Amino acid sequence: MLNTETLLHIGLGHYIFLSGILFSFGMIAVLMRKNVIVMLMGVELMLNAVNLSFIAFSKEMGNYNGHVMVFFVMTIAAAEAGVGLALAVAIYKKFHEVNIRFFEHLRG
Amino acid sequence: MNHALLVLTLLIAPVLGFLFNGLRFRSSDGYTAGAIATGAAAISFICSLILYKDLLAMPEESRVIAVRFFEWIAVGDLKVPFGFIVDQISVVMILIITGVGSLIHLFSVGYMSHDERPSKYFAYLNLFLFNMLVLVLGDNLLITFVGWEGVGLCSYLLIGFWFTDDAKAAAGMKAFVTNRIGDAGFLIGIFILFFTFGSVNYADLVSLIPKVAELGWAGPVTLATLFLFIGATGKSAQIPLYVWLPDAMAGPTPVSALIHAATMVTAGVYLFVRISGILVLAPHTMEVIAWTGAATALVAASIGITQWDIKKILAYSTVSQLGYMFLALGVGAFSAAQFHLMTHAFFKALMFLGSGSVIHAMHEEQDIRKMGGLRKYMPITHITFVFGWLAIIGVPPFAGFFSKDEILWQAYSSPHGSKALWLIGAMTAAMTAFYMTRLMALTFWGKSRFGHDVHPHESPPTMAIPLIVLGVLSICGGWLGIPHVLGEVLPGHPGNLFEHWLEPVIAKVQGGHANELVEWSLMGISVGLAGLSAWFAYDNYILHPERPPAVAKGLGRIYTAVYNKYYVDEFYAEWIIDPLVEGSKALWLYIDVNFIDKMTYWAGDLVEGAASLAKTIQNGKTQSYAMYMAVGVVVIVTIALL
Repeated sequence: MLNTETLLHIGLGHYIFLSGILFSFGMIAVLMRKNVIVMLMGVELMLNAVNLSFIAFSKEMGNYNGHVMVFFVMTIAAAEAGVGLALAVAIYKKFHEVNIRFFEHLRG
Repeated sequence: MNHALLVLTLLIAPVLGFLFNGLRFRSSDGYTAGAIATGAAAISFICSLILYKDLLAMPEESRVIAVRFFEWIAVGDLKVPFGFIVDQISVVMILIITGVGSLIHLFSVGYMSHDERPSKYFAYLNLFLFNMLVLVLGDNLLITFVGWEGVGLCSYLLIGFWFTDDAKAAAGMKAFVTNRIGDAGFLIGIFILFFTFGSVNYADLVSLIPKVAELGWAGPVTLATLFLFIGATGKSAQIPLYVWLPDAMAGPTPVSALIHAATMVTAGVYLFVRISGILVLAPHTMEVIAWTGAATALVAASIGITQWDIKKILAYSTVSQLGYMFLALGVGAFSAAQFHLMTHAFFKALMFLGSGSVIHAMHEEQDIRKMGGLRKYMPITHITFVFGWLAIIGVPPFAGFFSKDEILWQAYSSPHGSKALWLIGAMTAAMTAFYMTRLMALTFWGKSRFGHDVHPHESPPTMAIPLIVLGVLSICGGWLGIPHVLGEVLPGHPGNLFEHWLEPVIAKVQGGHANELVEWSLMGISVGLAGLSAWFAYDNYILHPERPPAVAKGLGRIYTAVYNKYYVDEFYAEWIIDPLVEGSKALWLYIDVNFIDKMTYWAGDLVEGAASLAKTIQNGKTQSYAMYMAVGVVVIVTIALL
């Protein structure tokens, strides 16, 4: 299966594989880590993994639809980072630590 | 002037007064409030006068001004217009209500001048005026019922006007609750009439009824009128629901004059005069009404003899006089009932206002044992009170003589009447003369019994003027209804104008035996009895003041029973109110707490228990939620791929 051709000729499969790995890392960061900053970084990683797959598909399909989506995702990611960091700052101000467990106080 | 506009002005003027004073109820400016309220009442009075003049100009048989503003209720067969009717009956009522009402408003300006919340008082008074006008002007039973409830509300508000005093607040509550019992009867009466005849309009009822067979005691008309009579016993203070009226004297005295003597308590009488066309079809009801009225007249008069509170005496006197009116209704003397309603409104309002003037002068003292000799301090109050006194004991030519004598004569001669009813009426007349003379003697005549620190003074003009006007009416008011036999011997042969005026709109009772000789002698007997018993009272309380206590002691338990109002209040408390309260408590403790409450608790526990498992999912940990989402996405994608 693994031959030189497959390894050297970078194609869609590689990109999707990389994208999947990045997405999984990001998701693990979001689900496992307790530091809010790290979790936000995980979210960014997931978004960028998706962006990568968009670009790859776009190249494969030969049109720019994927590019357009990427711009949207980037915009939203910026907004999300703003809100997320603000939340992190708010938590820090109150508890002097940015641990996600403080969000449990929001439980009804 | 447009009649619809006129009726509207008549009704709206007091509402505007109510709104004006009601919205500034904290104000303590009694003169502005009084001026506005009195002005509103006066506008209504002027409208009433114009309406009366317009009615006069119409042909005798069709004197009616009907105004329909809009269709108020339309449900299935039930069509109730928001309509008002001004005819011979209601025009008399609105003239009394707005006329006497205006005078009492004027009197209140002086009487309430020292009060903290005069605006509130005048607002209530105007609201009452509006409701009372709605009551008498409504062209169907439902509109009348609206006014009926409205005046009950105002009565409650005004009896408990000084609500910081627990006893007065309780008196208001008693009046309201007692009236509610009657109102339930009134409503049932309306229902029966509607189910039987398909209409609640007075005009329809009178024209529809004759087509229906009447079956003795269980006939629909008999039942309906009996239930309406229950309503009337509440509002018009008849046995068995009269107990609230004496307590209602807790309110300001002008309120007692307006609501609890002149107008509201006569609503029941008005109602039966209005539906006289139906009432004559139910002879059993008439019998009940006549005997209830007679019994009330006698019982209340006997209690009045023993009371010491000037307003309580007048209150029992009012109950007694209302009994007379119902006696008249029961024997089919509708015009006499309405006539007595009018003269009573004059002289009883006069006496209540007079007593208000006395109470005002004596610094809120109401016990006549602590008065006496007020004649020289309060000449105007005294002389006007004398007119009221002469009117109520039936001395010719004062107003009460004509109306009371008409009722007594009808009680004797009408086909529904009997000698027994006449006898009760005559005995009541004698008692009335006794207790009213006693009141006069102890309050105005004889020696002063109040302390030297009390300096009674004559009331200000705003209070004196209404007294004088009502005093004149108490003299002349009766001349509208001079009986036939008397008219013949008087110069100019004046007829019974009042009866003639009402004739086209009230039912006539056929038959009866007229005998001039008998009528003359009955008239003589009742006047003679009244005169004798008045002299007896004068003799006892002025010439031999040591006698009454000895007599009271001699009578022992009889006197105590009468003095304590035959223990009726105690009887009601023991046998009706207590069982109700105890029963309700039992229902609360055993049914409500043990059963109904527990059921709701069980329902809550059940839901909570069922949710306890699902509840653990929502632990508040953000990352758990993110995990559920991720797992969810994986599951959905897996399913989609498979």
